[in-house]
Amino acid sequence: MKEFLAQVFSVEVWEYVLPATWQTIYMTAISTTITITFGLLFGVLLYVTDKDGLHPMAIFNKVFGAIINSVLSLPSMIVVIIFLPLSKFIVGVSYGPKAFIVSLAIVCIPIFSRLVENSILEVSKGKVEAAKAMGAPNWDIILKIMLPESLPTLIRNFVVLTITLVSITAIAGSFGAGGLGELAVRFGYNRYRTDILVAVIIVLLAGVEVLQLFGAFISKKILKKRHLV
Amino acid sequence: MAAPFIEIKNVSKIFKNQDKEFKVLKGINLEIQKGDIFGIIGFSGAGKSTLIRCINRLETVSSGTIRIGNYEIDKLSKKEMNLYRQKIGIIFQHFNLFDSKTVFGNVAFPLEVAGKSKQEIEKRVAEILDLVNISDKKDFYPGQLSGGQKQRVGIARALANNPDILLSDEATSALDPVTSLSVLDILKDINKKLRLTIILITHSLDVIKYTCNNMAVLENGLIAEKGSVREIFANPSSETTKVFIKNNSDLAKVDYLVGGEGI
Repeated sequence: MKEFLAQVFSVEVWEYVLPATWQTIYMTAISTTITITFGLLFGVLLYVTDKDGLHPMAIFNKVFGAIINSVLSLPSMIVVIIFLPLSKFIVGVSYGPKAFIVSLAIVCIPIFSRLVENSILEVSKGKVEAAKAMGAPNWDIILKIMLPESLPTLIRNFVVLTITLVSITAIAGSFGAGGLGELAVRFGYNRYRTDILVAVIIVLLAGVEVLQLFGAFISKKILKKRHLV
Repeated sequence: MAAPFIEIKNVSKIFKNQDKEFKVLKGINLEIQKGDIFGIIGFSGAGKSTLIRCINRLETVSSGTIRIGNYEIDKLSKKEMNLYRQKIGIIFQHFNLFDSKTVFGNVAFPLEVAGKSKQEIEKRVAEILDLVNISDKKDFYPGQLSGGQKQRVGIARALANNPDILLSDEATSALDPVTSLSVLDILKDINKKLRLTIILITHSLDVIKYTCNNMAVLENGLIAEKGSVREIFANPSSETTKVFIKNNSDLAKVDYLVGGEGI
């Protein structure tokens, strides 16, 4: 056991694990940025165009919601494969972490859109009514009221998104995206290098835990500032 | 008598829920004079909230017209409506303050909406917080305030743009009796100072007799009776009013008010 642990933390293992960790962080960070941008936009759009929303557009909302749901309902692995050609085309690279960024974002945008929509829906209707009654245009209601009011929930959902993204990079890893997922498949699964697999697990567990703690900390800090906890 | 400031004519409101229709208002006629504190009382489900929401068009009427001053409000475009809404303040039972903003931020928001400059906003917020006596809480968040303080911020926010009308949607129903009185005192005070027309809905007769000069009793989407508070208390004609008066715990005070003191 002791020997095995020594092996897990040996220089040889971490020469594989560290670069892969960076690749995973790189993929996650950039895909997260893309996902947040579009997810916020689409989430707000879903909320606003709902039949009870600020600017109901029933048909658009149905069609758009259906598109979001259809991507959501497919297994992430399949979505990654479907959009890989598009991703490679947009980025101009056909292998490695970069090639998968767009594909990964496409998997996550529908998830985050729904999370954003739900976060905004949690804001009490009375606040929307108050803002409306002041004559505030929809734009102000969204940017100055709804998003700030739902910020603590949005941050927690943001963490959920990032963690989901990390796990999807692992799926992408098995198609040549690099990163911790690929390492786990190539060494842990194909070559029975349990030491590398364990090291990968340690990095993932630690990383996710740090993200989780960080998100909870920020969210709580905002709630405390507003004296809501 | 001059034409009433607010004229509600034959207003009905039907909510459609799938195949069912709910007729909440069934032809309301009301006239409210400038400077009135007008109370609308009724049991739950009588249509009070819907009626008050038709006045600032949070609900649109199904038929009938509402005229305020020279405007027929259901004919206003969305843009005109938003401008007009700046002249109607509303306060709520559950305050509906923005938790992400300080007291200052809450009161400043309607002013930002109205496109006021930073200096104007600073000045106006200070002025209005002073009026409702809550200046010391300027940098507090709503989460730090008591119910009564929250409602005072709500009033300040509603008054920020110098409205002509203040709507009060059960504004004291969530407060204890003493705090309720202090909030009602503020309403009476600003009614006098600013010659503000106040329309308040409530299910408490105490609130009406303490605050209002004219009133209407709403019953199943219809006006059961309307008139001056004193007349109605002295001579209730509808069943609902009689039930309200009968169930009012403080009969002695009613007699006292009706008998002599002006309201």
